[in-house]
Amino acid sequence: MSAGATTTQADLGADANQALVRKAIASTARPPRAGALAAALTFGWRGMLKVKHVPEQLLDVTISPVMFVLMFTYLFGGAIAGSTGDYLDYILPGILVMSVLFTTVYSGVALNTDLTKGVVDRFRSLPIWRPAPLVGSLLGDSVRYLVAGIVIIVLGVILGYRPDAGVVGVAAALGLVVLFAFALSWVFTTIGLLLRSPNAVMNAGFMGIFPLTFLSNVFVEPDTLPAGLEAFVDVNPISILTTAARGLMEGNADGGDILIVLGVAAVLTAVFAPLTTRLYRRA
Amino acid sequence: MTTTSPLAVEATGLVKVFGDTRAVDGVDLAVSRGSVYGVLGPNGACKTTAIRMLATLIRPDAGSARVLGHDIVTEADAVRGAVSLTGQLASVDEDLTGRENLILIGRLLGLKRAPAKDRATELLEAFGLAEAASRLVKNYSGGMRRRLDIAASIVVTPELMFLDEPTTGLDPRSRNQVWDIIRALVAGGTTILLCTQYLEEADQLADGIAVIDHGKVIAEGTPGQLKASVGSGALHVRLLDPEQRPEAEQVLERELGSVALEPDVSALSAPCADADRGAEAVAALTRSGVRIADFSLGQPSLDEVFLALTGHAAEEGPDGPGGSVRERQAA
Repeated sequence: MSAGATTTQADLGADANQALVRKAIASTARPPRAGALAAALTFGWRGMLKVKHVPEQLLDVTISPVMFVLMFTYLFGGAIAGSTGDYLDYILPGILVMSVLFTTVYSGVALNTDLTKGVVDRFRSLPIWRPAPLVGSLLGDSVRYLVAGIVIIVLGVILGYRPDAGVVGVAAALGLVVLFAFALSWVFTTIGLLLRSPNAVMNAGFMGIFPLTFLSNVFVEPDTLPAGLEAFVDVNPISILTTAARGLMEGNADGGDILIVLGVAAVLTAVFAPLTTRLYRRA
Repeated sequence: MTTTSPLAVEATGLVKVFGDTRAVDGVDLAVSRGSVYGVLGPNGACKTTAIRMLATLIRPDAGSARVLGHDIVTEADAVRGAVSLTGQLASVDEDLTGRENLILIGRLLGLKRAPAKDRATELLEAFGLAEAASRLVKNYSGGMRRRLDIAASIVVTPELMFLDEPTTGLDPRSRNQVWDIIRALVAGGTTILLCTQYLEEADQLADGIAVIDHGKVIAEGTPGQLKASVGSGALHVRLLDPEQRPEAEQVLERELGSVALEPDVSALSAPCADADRGAEAVAALTRSGVRIADFSLGQPSLDEVFLALTGHAAEEGPDGPGGSVRERQAA
């Protein structure tokens, strides 16, 4: 570039150019502030860029769901449902729910990692809608949830899964699951701001989500369970979400279930989104 | 509403307590618009905490401050709309490229897509980062990262810019570039609050300086006044034999009034305003049989400022107390 005479360092021989710096400083008027949605979408774009630069991070949302589907269908399918084909019909929506919900833990882990970097100070010193960085990164994460879900469904179809409600039903189920995941990830972002290290967030997150998912109707019909357990499984929101997703994919969804899922999602968001925002502001 | 105060920063009795440490313990600051104000202190002297309060990242536990006429607590959003912050950890996103970082900030500040891109290109060009524009920031050198950081702070030129130790860890060439950029910003009318642990840096750039120690402002004035208060310079002596340091200490104390031991076990320094007295002190050392490896008369270091102002040395930073000023003079 400019005057870089004998450069000894790895600066690509470039120096700041004083004349251009002066011009750059002189040439801006402050634009009107970014709107809330525009700011959030910009943070979503930031999330997408990170995936673009490190595509390997999509592996965790693709490989493990594939393993789950194969393992449960062929290993346990015959024992649980009599045939692998019947069990696939039962378990595919369940695994869809499970893998997408597991992915939400990573939102908390990512936020915790972000906080150790100086860039958060810059974000917090910008004149933007306060929750924008959080809402934006969760919107970006929702794209990951969507990828995880699509991988499961495509794999299911390859293995012979034919949902009665067709593409529309599947899309509706996927939409419901991703929406619920968006709401649930606020819980993990709260945890992400409360705990000290990304590892602690990961452990705490899975300690919660793992039993909740297994004590649901994701894998087995609850009526084979002991009464106390069955009662818990029946009211577990993850069971209701799974039932709703199955219903949407089979074309016999119960409107009440869907409403309950939407209600729980709304409550989770209403409680944990403000909590996360508050903690983020003071982090 | 907004009064156009001649002061860019007006802080009264700012206090921030972490646990049982009073990190900031009643700091008053008055920074006039268009000036560079240096906050000088050793690591851990609360400079960063004070800046984070003024930039609205944390709330003060007591006291109040107005930045560009806006209260930092009740009108935090208005403050954020007019300042930018360049933090001690480079405030850029390591996982994005240089260009993406600048577009991101531009978009968040309200620029449309095309103007944000144009602005990024213009800044990358001006800051000598055009060739590195598409590389991830985690692969940048320290100097490039700092320049990108400052570029990100002027995507929209701020009225007031907080610069937290902008040259710590940089080589002399990168440091000079950062200083030139700061001078250009000031020429463009931006007020700068500069935190630094280097007296030389404050001396080079600042119109006024506050010296901070243990969360308190212990001295304030122009660089000239500050240096006058510690004498215009110091005599640095390095001995051939470290064993003779106690003896040399006695001689210098007698000749020059006070003396400080350096981290180097064979070195010591003493405030010394005038070259003749310095020469006499060196002669006195030789007469008393102390063998000298080398000596120099130089600008007072931060350590000497602290010694003069507080009677104790600045705390050890990663560079050693005040050491870097001298290293640079040697370089």
